[in-house]
Amino acid sequence: MIERIVDEIPRFFTWYNTIFFLQAMGVTLALTLIGCGLGSIFGFALVYGRQTRGRLFTPVRVLIVGYVEIFRRIPFLVLLFIVLFTTEGFGVRVSFFGIALIAICVISTAYISEIIRAGFEAIHRNQWDAAEAMNFGRVATLRYVIMPQAWKVILPPAFAYFVMFIKDTALASQMGVLELTRVAKIFNDRGYSAFLTFGTCLLLYFILSYPLTRFGQRLERRLASSRNR
Amino acid sequence: MPHLEIADLSASYEKGVDVLSGIDLQVERGEILSLIGPSGSGKSTLLRVIVGLLPPDSGRMVVDGTPVNFHDKRSLRDLRGRCAIVFQQYNLFQNMNVMRNVTIAPTKIKKRAAASVRAEAEALLEKVGLGDKHDAYPDELSGGQQQRVAIARALALKPEILLLDEVTSALDPELVNEVLDAVRVLAGEGMTMVVVSHEMGFVREVSTRVAMMDEGRIVETGTPEEIFDRPSAGRTRDFVAKILRG
Repeated sequence: MIERIVDEIPRFFTWYNTIFFLQAMGVTLALTLIGCGLGSIFGFALVYGRQTRGRLFTPVRVLIVGYVEIFRRIPFLVLLFIVLFTTEGFGVRVSFFGIALIAICVISTAYISEIIRAGFEAIHRNQWDAAEAMNFGRVATLRYVIMPQAWKVILPPAFAYFVMFIKDTALASQMGVLELTRVAKIFNDRGYSAFLTFGTCLLLYFILSYPLTRFGQRLERRLASSRNR
Repeated sequence: MPHLEIADLSASYEKGVDVLSGIDLQVERGEILSLIGPSGSGKSTLLRVIVGLLPPDSGRMVVDGTPVNFHDKRSLRDLRGRCAIVFQQYNLFQNMNVMRNVTIAPTKIKKRAAASVRAEAEALLEKVGLGDKHDAYPDELSGGQQQRVAIARALALKPEILLLDEVTSALDPELVNEVLDAVRVLAGEGMTMVVVSHEMGFVREVSTRVAMMDEGRIVETGTPEEIFDRPSAGRTRDFVAKILRG
């Protein structure tokens, strides 16, 4: 087997094959970053909406809780097909990349909003009370008091989730999005050994996720040392 | 005209379970009113209502001649602009040092000039004996020091009415006096104050009037001498006897 791989390597790592792989890596990265980035923004918005008070906003809160509870429970692959068939059903032409991105946003919004909510709730009630009694509005309370303390609680699970999602984007290959796993499969189908193609694929996933993990750890340390408790 | 007037006010955390019922209270300008009574009698809840953290279910509150509408943002803002509260658990912002805790609301919320706020904060911290702790974070301070920062923070808001909610209850006994001394200084300056305290010696010394609360009602109000030496209500007699004995 080793001989076969050694024999294949020069043929495998040609200029065009390498570019093809790197492009796929770019797609995986784009799906993860855009999906989780938008998911963080929308997730924050959901938490903000969920914290509204008064009867007037009850429907908003019910919708948000329903959204979060449903989409945290649907497997990513199932959601991919739901988005695919829904867009087709409405006659909307969306690229496979677009469909994967929509599905990722839908799920990451639900997950990340829960991570952010848990972070906010870890901050003692008396911090909100003190801010409110001093006439802080909700935005000012979040900005000056809650967020600086909640970061530390939010970041570790958020980064764990981002890294997990890099891997989950592999499921988009099932639909034909040309991301890492799909491209590895294509090479495998062309006759390159599975060890070589998926081994390369594995290495590239590691190269993607390891820096993200390290970045998360550094951010944690920096925020932790800025005296939050 | 009383500085703070409360009439027939009821409040609850859960519907149907009144924590305060039919509260009538008048506090004159410059008066120091102490609320005493057993735990759970509604003293702290009354302070939360006064500072606008808990909207009452019914009743009226008038501050300096202006009725408070607890469901109107502007009215609430106005109320909180006049009152400041010091909490039992200090509630200092854990992510800010002492100076920032004191200056953040005046600069960021009231939008006052940073330099003058800072000068005032320095004077206030000096006054509560913490002139050397500007850069310390709350978790580096003792309970007594934190509570004195909280008092300085409340005063930096330049309140007309200062509310003190059991400010010494969370403190070790040897730290109680440093906080009470800080309050004594204020008491001498003629600020209107509503004080919840279990320190009866202190209550007797600084109060101009004392209100006894029990089960969400005000049982009796009077001068410290009347309440402690000649209580008229049975409930007050029992409470005072128990406290003074203990």
